[in-house]
Amino acid sequence: MKPPRFDYVRVESIEQAVELLAQHGDEARVIAGGQSLMPMLNMRLVRPQVLIDIAKAAELSGIKANGKAVSIAAATTQNALLRWQGLRAHLPLLAQALPHIGHFQTRNRGTVGGSLCHADPSSELPLCLALLEGVVELRSRRGTRRLAARDFQVGVLTTAKQADELATRIHFPKAPEDAVFAFKEFHRRHGDFAVVALAAMRCGNAVRLAVGGVGDRPEVRSWCGLQGSAIDDALNEFAWQLGGSDDIHATARYRRELVRHMGRLAIAETAP
Amino acid sequence: MNLLESNIRHLVRFTLNGAQVEGYAEPRLLLTDFLRHELGATGTHVGCEHGVCGACTILLDGRAVRSCLMLAVQVEGAAIETIEGLAQEDGGFSPLQQAFHENFALQCGYCTPGILMSMTEYLRDNPNPTKKEVRVALSGNLCRCTGYHEIVNAILDAAKALREEDGASS
Ligand SMILES: Cc1cc2nc3c(=O)[nH]c(=O)nc-3n(C[C@@H](O)[C@H](O)[C@H](O)COP(=O)(O)OP(=O)(O)OC[C@H]3O[C@@H](n4cnc5c(N)ncnc54)[C@H](O)[C@@H]3O)c2cc1C
Ligand code: FES
Ligand code: FES
Repeated sequence: MKPPRFDYVRVESIEQAVELLAQHGDEARVIAGGQSLMPMLNMRLVRPQVLIDIAKAAELSGIKANGKAVSIAAATTQNALLRWQGLRAHLPLLAQALPHIGHFQTRNRGTVGGSLCHADPSSELPLCLALLEGVVELRSRRGTRRLAARDFQVGVLTTAKQADELATRIHFPKAPEDAVFAFKEFHRRHGDFAVVALAAMRCGNAVRLAVGGVGDRPEVRSWCGLQGSAIDDALNEFAWQLGGSDDIHATARYRRELVRHMGRLAIAETAP
Repeated sequence: MNLLESNIRHLVRFTLNGAQVEGYAEPRLLLTDFLRHELGATGTHVGCEHGVCGACTILLDGRAVRSCLMLAVQVEGAAIETIEGLAQEDGGFSPLQQAFHENFALQCGYCTPGILMSMTEYLRDNPNPTKKEVRVALSGNLCRCTGYHEIVNAILDAAKALREEDGASS
């Protein structure tokens, strides 16, 4: 379990990274925290010619809160975000979800942008991005584009990011004053990937629910004025639409049952 | 910005437990292998090489990280701490090591270096954890021998000893 050969470059700026990506395209890989990429290199599931290390580029790390959004530089570590003073006030959902990403040792290296670019269907950050309708900013020599979560997230380990694009910033809308959030995750052991993860947000009588770990990417539904058995019906319909598949962790049927059960708990937790 | 070619061994320098060290590494060489084979610091253990078991955990600039998920070339200029640097200057156990010794918190000892390095950061940030919090914090370190009870007890004891040490010195 040792990585294959590759050239290695540690970049100091976005520009350097973008330039290298333009030169090497498909042959290059960005390494941020390496918490997903290094295992894949060790198992030789990927064989890049060039590794572009962005972890030390100062402009790719840091958090800014402006008027309506929190803008997080892509290589900000998950633990740096967790320690950010403004987290509880502006992104209370992330304050609940982040501790579930792996272990504190992996969060010390793993980055916000890396998790979103890796796009594991069970991951917490992609789930939060989908629920909160966040935006991913991508840069290449061709220019800058900002993709909404539903355009960025394509499928299992797949995003709309092209091989020459670098994720530079992630924008999360600040939580509205009247919003109430709930986060639920079922896993075998703390720190394992979720079998199913759910995030719910309520504003008044409008409820949004995002589910990860069942479909190929996080899926979101919104309802207004749901009550009593209508909640069960809505969750049942959502679960069937998600489908899901069997793997060593759980069957599709079990996953759908988790959506019904945990969905009910999450929605109840947000109720006034 | 400097491209390090794949088939050449490059000079890597950093501090290991306070002392300046150097060696040569191809870009693909894992930090674990650099520590163990280049520098002979075999206290850092290797279990899974994909981040799951925690045996290889070290401190990088004061934070616990998996050395199997890092390349040697990535730590150029960094401050690394490993199990070899944990004991006190006179060679005596640190409070964390002492607590593991007293609580029978190791059997084969394979997982121990990773746990001690992890808990060094954890107890610095969380001087007074509950049993439940310690269990969550330990989720990133697998132990095949002890069943964890003794490890949890040792960490709670170490936390207490460190608080008393802190109280005495301030
Ligand atoms: C033991 C263990 C448990 C884990 N448990 C969980 C878990 O429960 N939940 C979870 O969500 N994750 C989990 N992870 C993975 C998580 O830790 C990673 O941090 C995350 O998936 C990837 O982030 P990274 O910064 O490490 O990215 P890397 O591994 O460096 O990169 C991942 C991918 O994204 C690309 N990439 C990274 N940054 C950029 C960028 N700025 N622009 C363009 N491309 C980029 C890389 O090229 C690569 O393809 C776990 C990992 C381990 C080792
Ligand atoms: S050897 Fe690094 S985590 Fe298992
Ligand atoms: S003491 Fe043997 S693995 Fe923990």
